[in-house]
Amino acid sequence: MGRIVVCIKGVPKPGTVKVDKETHTLRRESAELILNPPDRPALEVALRLKDQTNFEVIAISMGPPNMVPLLQKVYALGVDDIYLISDRAFAGSDTLATSRILAKALSLLSPFDLVVMGARSIDGETGQVPPETASLLNLPSITYVKELRFVDGKFIAIREDDFGEEEVEFSPAAVVSIVPEIDYVRPPSLKRLLSLKEITPKILTNAELNLDEASIGLSGSPTQVADVFEKTLVSRGEIFEGEPDELAEKLIEVLKEKGFLA
Amino acid sequence: MLIEFPLKEEHKIMIDLIKEIGETYIKPYSLEWDEKEAYDATPIKALAQADLFGLIIPKEYGGLGFGTFEMCLAVEWLSYFCAGVSTTYAASFLGAYPIILFGSKEQKERYLPSIAKGEKLCAFALTEPQAGSDAFAIKATAKKDGDFYILNGIKQWITNGGIADIYIVIALTDPAKGARGASAFIVEKGDPGFVVGKKEKKLGLRASVTTDLIFNDCRIPKDRLIAREGMGFMVALKTLDYARCGAGAQALGIAQAALEVSLKHAKTRVQFGQPVYQFQAVSHTFAEMAMRLSSARALVYSVCQYIDSGAKDFSGASAMAKCFATDQAMWITERAIQMMGGYGYMRDYPVQKYFRDAKCLQIYEGTNEIQRNVIARELAKWIKV
Repeated sequence: MGRIVVCIKGVPKPGTVKVDKETHTLRRESAELILNPPDRPALEVALRLKDQTNFEVIAISMGPPNMVPLLQKVYALGVDDIYLISDRAFAGSDTLATSRILAKALSLLSPFDLVVMGARSIDGETGQVPPETASLLNLPSITYVKELRFVDGKFIAIREDDFGEEEVEFSPAAVVSIVPEIDYVRPPSLKRLLSLKEITPKILTNAELNLDEASIGLSGSPTQVADVFEKTLVSRGEIFEGEPDELAEKLIEVLKEKGFLA
Repeated sequence: MLIEFPLKEEHKIMIDLIKEIGETYIKPYSLEWDEKEAYDATPIKALAQADLFGLIIPKEYGGLGFGTFEMCLAVEWLSYFCAGVSTTYAASFLGAYPIILFGSKEQKERYLPSIAKGEKLCAFALTEPQAGSDAFAIKATAKKDGDFYILNGIKQWITNGGIADIYIVIALTDPAKGARGASAFIVEKGDPGFVVGKKEKKLGLRASVTTDLIFNDCRIPKDRLIAREGMGFMVALKTLDYARCGAGAQALGIAQAALEVSLKHAKTRVQFGQPVYQFQAVSHTFAEMAMRLSSARALVYSVCQYIDSGAKDFSGASAMAKCFATDQAMWITERAIQMMGGYGYMRDYPVQKYFRDAKCLQIYEGTNEIQRNVIARELAKWIKV
């Protein structure tokens, strides 16, 4: 039986996140977390492989302790085991530091046949973590996969790029990122939902990962974020009321004033 | 609504799951399925993957081992999203009950695990062209031939015809004995001599499939007999006693949806300078709808709990739950259309669908006239003079 590891991320529910004004990072502890939407198709792809070929599927996530309910929900979808990678030392990691942490955690879960991730996260939108992690693990990176099969000991992926589709055949192990467009994702299982109280994720801290603190967290992150700010309403729209002729004249006047009309 | 029925944590988890399935796999498509009279297997696949076909299957056969109450909660909330989908779902339980209640150990081991996983859908076939309310007038026969039975006849208006893999068929093994000569059989899709007839065109429940079943020298092994020869109507009537609560639960879900949609409309639709809900003729109608729905729910839930408490004879109770709740759903959905005026009548809005779906509930699984007969018969037994 082979092993597939799915890396998932909790992202702040849009509209609930606060920003740390000093570090310019998101204060994830305070936000309501949801499963990064593109991770659901990634889980589905892994679970379909499990259905067909009896792979063991493990979901791992780096994040604060409030990720636990989300990981439990992922367990309810049908994965065999859940891991939370959590340590204060990991806080503020950019994509490179995150990839270092994930790569180390994955090496502890080795041997595996496949690492699956959503193509990008809806909070960062970089799409860098899957290929960075592959590179650190010295494994092939296959990005933007829309379909994945396992035939005679090899994976066959259909990947999408700007120019069309291509079929890629590869031997285990590799890191693939999955595009969000998928026809169907499964609901959670009632049996598993009813047993969630007994299910807790295994926790991996830096004591287990043993990474140099200079290479992780804020200090290990080369990305310098100039500013992150919360959306605020800076100006209100103006509503003009009146007869159509008057309104047309008023509109022309405003457009001239703003320089859109000569 | 105004009454929060006390539910256990596991019930709340199940209802939340069904709402998630309803929002994701049903709600965006239900009007389209209705319009096209199309069966879509996607929500059935989702229900299967969510373990919901295993609700009433005993744990030793891979199910959850729940009772009638949980089955009804599931059917109620599924019907809230689409009574067509819930009909496919509930009819499968109708086909599973005979095996759960009367099947041999071998039959249970052979069929229940795949039913629990939702890999195989079930159907229940009693009605024939000349035998509706008068179920004892069936003509289909099953003749013993060595290690086989040979089935001949036609079953009519069978929910899940063609999409089911397992069919419970009631046929006469001894026509001379009349009702006491009927037996229940398990027929599998693909059995020689078994074909599925035309798909019916219906007023409502159009996302579900209803067909004839035709048996033309259909040869099945003798171990497909459920219980013993002559037990056919015992199997059928006991099954219907359990399943009738499911029809009552469908009524609750449809009526709940109709009430919600029409109430939202009445509170926002402005006529004569105010929301129409401000008119007493309208608001009092909603008050009546709420009372009728709440009392129907209280009756269905209490009958389910009565059955699950181990009651032996509950024909009258389940007939009351089915008859009362489905009559209320018919009244509530009709009023919901009226409260929405032209919007209620248009097929762009779901309320007309609720109305058409509700109509069938007064007819199938025993017409409400037959339910009243059953209730009256049981009442007569209760007071002996």
